[in-house]
Amino acid sequence: MSILVIAEHDNNELKGSTLNTVTAASEIGGDISILVAGSNSSTVAGQASSIAGIKSVIHVDDPLYENFLAEDLGNLVVAVADGFNYILAPATTFGKNFLPRVAAKLDVQQISDIISVEDGDTFKRPIYAGSCIATVKSSDPVKVITVRTTAFDASLMSDGTATVDSGTPVDSLNNSSFVSDEIAESDRPELTAAEVIVSGGRALGSSENFKIIEELADKLGAAVGASRAAVDAGYVPNDYQVGQTGKIVAPSLYIAIGISGAIQHLAGMKDSKVIVAINKDEDAPIFQVADYGLVGDLFEAVPELTNSV
Amino acid sequence: MKILVPIKRVVDYNVKVRPLSDNSNVDLNNVKMSVNPFCEIAVEEAVRLKESGQATEVVVVTVGGDESQEQLRACLALGADRAILVQSETLLEPLAIAKVLVKIVNSENPNLIILGKQAIDGDNNQTGQMLASLLNIPQATFASELKIDTDKALVTREIDGGLQTISVNLPAVVTTDLRLNEPRYASLPNIMQAKKKDLDIQNVSDLGIDVSNRTSILSVELPPKREAGVMVESVEELVEKLKNEAKVIT
Repeated sequence: MSILVIAEHDNNELKGSTLNTVTAASEIGGDISILVAGSNSSTVAGQASSIAGIKSVIHVDDPLYENFLAEDLGNLVVAVADGFNYILAPATTFGKNFLPRVAAKLDVQQISDIISVEDGDTFKRPIYAGSCIATVKSSDPVKVITVRTTAFDASLMSDGTATVDSGTPVDSLNNSSFVSDEIAESDRPELTAAEVIVSGGRALGSSENFKIIEELADKLGAAVGASRAAVDAGYVPNDYQVGQTGKIVAPSLYIAIGISGAIQHLAGMKDSKVIVAINKDEDAPIFQVADYGLVGDLFEAVPELTNSV
Repeated sequence: MKILVPIKRVVDYNVKVRPLSDNSNVDLNNVKMSVNPFCEIAVEEAVRLKESGQATEVVVVTVGGDESQEQLRACLALGADRAILVQSETLLEPLAIAKVLVKIVNSENPNLIILGKQAIDGDNNQTGQMLASLLNIPQATFASELKIDTDKALVTREIDGGLQTISVNLPAVVTTDLRLNEPRYASLPNIMQAKKKDLDIQNVSDLGIDVSNRTSILSVELPPKREAGVMVESVEELVEKLKNEAKVIT
């Protein structure tokens, strides 16, 4: 069996999601190759080659791949995929964007967001916002899979000695172009990789009030998250959103503040190791998944908590 | 400019779905069904483009059973001009749906196709990208803003790190994220009027494509249940438990 993992990176650094995806690949079992497609991305190719258990790195470096546009990246993966039995990418906005294009071109029904590998054809994946877990068996000769990163540990980057081979870019259809990015700069840890997350909901009431969440997060060295309601209300940017359609997280400690716990939010955080909920409504559903619940006024409790940790 | 909006009938987002007692699939008996929320956002965006004079016609299409007419009518009540139901007795997978939609696109020739980024039943997040791929046209997924500029669409996308803006040549596929717009509620006169709008019915077996399933569901189970924890009385007690019991802070 041979497995192709598509690396997520920013042309400078390999993203942690790639390491989780490699672990899923190693659970399937076989020779694992990693495709690093980017622009001025040789550092990333070097990092990829040091991942334990990797056989080879295919490095395609071209300005075409600088912004990972789905059309060009998809066509490249289709060209590289020849001979591989499995094609895996992380189920992040990076992987979700281009991988279905690859699956369609290969006439394969993609399996999205797997949380476990049962055998070479069979995988578990959440459906209905994680209300149920489906065990799905694929009959396609090639499997195209996105991997839920929180469900697999990160592979180690250390003793790998994979070869790096250069690949050739595929001609572009030139029907899409990158315009701009607004990527939030933050000194806090990345939400999907954080050990501790402090999340705020609609009860915060304003972006001004959201600062108490940030102060607690900074005291704990935590990342800041939010419910959909808080993002919709404009308290924080979209990339803070945790939930079915936002980010899926599983930190050691998740502190939900002023979040009622709609199923769509729980879908994004209920695999956290320890969950703390602070809410003034004692009937809030968030308390049903919380290890520690505190009923009270968050505007009193949160500053007090910040002062005592 | 003509806009095609593929939509899906799904379990209402407020319903807590459970497995059947034999764990063969989810239990959809007597549950409320609705238009997938992301599809509603897609219809709303198309209707707004028509209202602002940038689009001339909005066509909604779905692949499903007869009962899906209800959701098509709901979209007509939101302002779509006409509807197409491609009848299928079996529940099709995203790849097969994308193949059906290719046929519809080839006969309707829309300039823009807007659809939800995912359906809240299977949570697959595939159909739009697959459709764009099979048509060899560009895509802009997870859109939070859409502007039409003659033969291009300028789309702001919600990505993990923040926002990204791309430009795609039309025809293109756009998939909607939550913050693209807030769909309207259909008014009673519009609901009445929607009953008179055209709803064309075709059958998937007449399209000459292979829509057979490539995957099978072996079982559907509840996720491992999280045990409810303890309520603490004070911040002081909370900190004590986090330090000494859970040992997640120092």
